[in-house]
Amino acid sequence: MSTTRREFFTKATEYILLTGAATTAWEYLLAGNAEASPNYKTTEHWWAMIIDIEKCIGCGNCVRACSEENNVPEGYFRTWVERYYIPDDWDAQAETPQVDSPDGAIHGFDDVKRDKPGKSFFVPKLCNHCADSPCVQVCPVGATFVSPDGVVLVDETYCIGCRYCVQGCPYGCRFISPTTQTAQKCTLCYHRITKGLTTACCEACPTAARQLGDLKNPKDPIHEFLRTHSVQVLKPHMATGAKVFYNGLDESVR
Amino acid sequence: MGNRFKNAEHLIRVALVFVVAFFVFLVARGLIVPKSFGQYGHYRGDALKDIAARTPLFAGREACETCHSEVADLKKTGAHAKVGCEDCHGPLGKHAEDPASVVPKLPDTKVLCVICHEANSAKPAKFPQVVSKDHAGGEACKTCHQPHKPGLNGDSK
Repeated sequence: MSTTRREFFTKATEYILLTGAATTAWEYLLAGNAEASPNYKTTEHWWAMIIDIEKCIGCGNCVRACSEENNVPEGYFRTWVERYYIPDDWDAQAETPQVDSPDGAIHGFDDVKRDKPGKSFFVPKLCNHCADSPCVQVCPVGATFVSPDGVVLVDETYCIGCRYCVQGCPYGCRFISPTTQTAQKCTLCYHRITKGLTTACCEACPTAARQLGDLKNPKDPIHEFLRTHSVQVLKPHMATGAKVFYNGLDESVR
Repeated sequence: MGNRFKNAEHLIRVALVFVVAFFVFLVARGLIVPKSFGQYGHYRGDALKDIAARTPLFAGREACETCHSEVADLKKTGAHAKVGCEDCHGPLGKHAEDPASVVPKLPDTKVLCVICHEANSAKPAKFPQVVSKDHAGGEACKTCHQPHKPGLNGDSK
């Protein structure tokens, strides 16, 4: 026997203490992290999006592009566009705003004649990719998570379809897929952004109202935009750390 | 003296059962939990690779411009400079990969242009919009406007 008693005990202790995840983590520490794409490092990015309300024309190109790119089941949406109508005499304290989004705006919007004068505008919505996300906190099985590059994702092989996250999301961005019975949501086109492409919705937006941004890249134009515009996030009082920044957002938007 | 440890055997047996159960738990856990679980956090690290592995449908405008540079140059001079190719022509990742196998269909401007330019009270006022029925009367938009550079003849845009 070439193994000494000391070596045997060291090895055995290692195997016992470093089982499962710990063993893997240890191996990765020793080997250095292998990444999905050879040139893409998850630690070098922190993804966000800017949406310019003043540029959105409600054409629904983003909704169609998202549905095609991600094979979203019919009748469900990972991104959608809402139309707000606020009459001039609107009482912010007493009334809820009038919002419509026919079929998530996948076919755009027909013009509506209003009785009272007022303002009307479009608000595109999608997962806010919160840094401190309620949907991640409620997942009982570790199926949903914030990736190291700041994207909230769902591991379909782990999701048990319990719907806690669907209820947990304050923005209504999740649904249970009728085909897989697992939670689905915007992935920020993770399969595209890791390959150096922008998201399908940003690619398809004809007015550049939606723009993907990398907050960890100092050369990204998002920094200039955030400096020069007074942007807002949705439901800031919930402290979700939302990373979809809206420019020109009306106070009535929920 | 001997009497004091008379019943210790029972305790040792219970302790042994616990020790064995603990080892069984460790081994089972090591086998069941995926190797990449906990690599980045309380989730399966390989999920990132799985999600990133899908093939994009939209090629992106940079891919289009590598071959169709003449269209890209023309487009840059007009009002549609910022409009991506696939906004109108649809997702063409397969065409970019193998241009011969997938040939994109030319969109009908009568249907295409109104998606953006049909008048709607919710659109920003400065965005160019028309009531297509009054504006063109059923005529195709490209009779007057070239989609890659939509300004009328002599117009700089």
